[in-house]
Amino acid sequence: MAKQTKTMNLNFGPQHPAAHGVLRLILELDGEVVEKIDPHIGLLHRGTEKLIEHKTYTQAVPYFDRLDYVAPMNQEHAFTLAIEKLLNIEVPIRGQYIRVLFCEIGRILSHLLNITTQAIDVGALTPSLWGFEERETLMTFYERVSGSRLHANYFRPGGVHKDLPRGLSDDILSFCNSFPKVINDIETLLTDNRIFKQRNVNIGVVTKQEALEHSFSGVMLRGSGIAWDLRKSQPYECYQDIDFKIPIGKNGDCYDRYLCRIEEMRESVKIIRNCIKKMPTGPIKSIDGKITPPKRKDLKNSMESLIHHFKLFSEGFRVPKGEIYTAVEAPKGEFGVYLISDGSNKPYKCKIRAPGFSHLQSMDYLMKGHMLADVPAVLGSLDVVFGEVDR
Amino acid sequence: MSITVNDLQKTVSLGLTTALKTSRINFNQLLIEINVEDLYSTILYLKTNDKCRFKQLIDITAVDYPEKYNRFKIVYLFLSHENNLRILLNINIEEKTSVPSISKIFPSANWMEREVFDMYGISFKDHPDLRKILTDYGFEGYPLRKDFPLTGYTEVRYSEDKKKVISEPVKLDQEYRDFDFESPWEGTKYIKEEKQKDEIKN
Repeated sequence: MAKQTKTMNLNFGPQHPAAHGVLRLILELDGEVVEKIDPHIGLLHRGTEKLIEHKTYTQAVPYFDRLDYVAPMNQEHAFTLAIEKLLNIEVPIRGQYIRVLFCEIGRILSHLLNITTQAIDVGALTPSLWGFEERETLMTFYERVSGSRLHANYFRPGGVHKDLPRGLSDDILSFCNSFPKVINDIETLLTDNRIFKQRNVNIGVVTKQEALEHSFSGVMLRGSGIAWDLRKSQPYECYQDIDFKIPIGKNGDCYDRYLCRIEEMRESVKIIRNCIKKMPTGPIKSIDGKITPPKRKDLKNSMESLIHHFKLFSEGFRVPKGEIYTAVEAPKGEFGVYLISDGSNKPYKCKIRAPGFSHLQSMDYLMKGHMLADVPAVLGSLDVVFGEVDR
Repeated sequence: MSITVNDLQKTVSLGLTTALKTSRINFNQLLIEINVEDLYSTILYLKTNDKCRFKQLIDITAVDYPEKYNRFKIVYLFLSHENNLRILLNINIEEKTSVPSISKIFPSANWMEREVFDMYGISFKDHPDLRKILTDYGFEGYPLRKDFPLTGYTEVRYSEDKKKVISEPVKLDQEYRDFDFESPWEGTKYIKEEKQKDEIKN
């Protein structure tokens, strides 16, 4: 007698703690083995790209904080770089160092969240308690420099909004001294942990070829052994002056990706130290008065500054006609902005290339033949944040 | 081993010959334009050619130009890790033209094409699964088209009477105001209104 099998459909999410946000998966299961996954996304779609088309360039920057809300400034970076290239302006050196400094803080923020929540997904609770304490410290650095913990709106076309407040760089340095110990502590809990390894080693394996074909970037690509990091290969800002290494995985499984993220945090600490050490004094934003607003103090004394300020915050600045694609190495992968300007004060088109979108797309092929219990483990190691996937 | 943007331009123009309509270098990225008929073969060439090696598709998107005859411009972005180069591929199409799907060459094109379909209503031939992706279940319209209003047509709320979520036409207490600071004295020109005016004239 032929054995009869029947597949079962299971709905996962959209409200599920292991879904890392609002993801809905329709799983087709044969017993406990996954046969097919159909992710339904868009439950957090806010129409960011449409909204940006209706805002001036300065007004559009805060929308980028709300994409990947775990590392907001990295996103702003891609957008401001695109504008600066179209405008053909240079950011002063100090501004560049401040930007790199906060991008790396964003990278640690994101990796800390990812590592610890993925550990929760596979059953370890303590790392998140330790990691979140450090995230809180990092977010106070965000707050001190921009006024808010998450939605910073700190990078502006032409530079950054304000210079570092007094004492901040010392506090960041002391964080750099204490943080490596926390990474070590988290590692003692996870790296050689038998349960953690059982749940992650050889799960969600991606070969080099597949990683390329599925448009992977960032850690997803490096975990599979491809040495590619935009900070090294297409350096922007002052990354070429800074000494750091790119950790690369071997097997392309969830465990290697975890190891890459741990190593990247160590490198980020190195970059932050380097930045503070090398940071020169000087202006933090372009001195072109038609692009960056004047100092508050000047508004009281100078008529020209007053006019500039008024025009910049009502009309905004105009960007010459052109189109450009710029990408930065965000913590989750290549975050790109494809910007078309028609010469007016608003973008004609702004397409946001979010790394999580193509990573999530590969769920179906990654999960085929895996057990149901591996779904959260793989989903966790993809490092998706729905703010950027759904836009 | 690796080649520069200028070499790439030469290689591409030799390899594609007549298929290539225009090519120019824009911020150190090669930008080429082709016809929609040549799309599949061109992308296959870019991926497999020994010198080009654009092994990764970065993104697919479209741009809406409602006033042009070829209303949509579709943009394909590719990256070559070996050469450390990017290329942008453009095609211009009419509103009703359907574009061949490239999801056989790059599996990741699947969702990207779905997104373009969802946002602009451009259909893709031979796409394995052309459904909406980002907008809500039961949503109608193509939000990123320029004639789609920013406020949308419907709004969603929970109805206490029906005990379920319902969508109804947008009701605004105050008309949506889109300030145009470029020409404060003339007010804003809305594409839809302009179109209606033209239609009345004709």
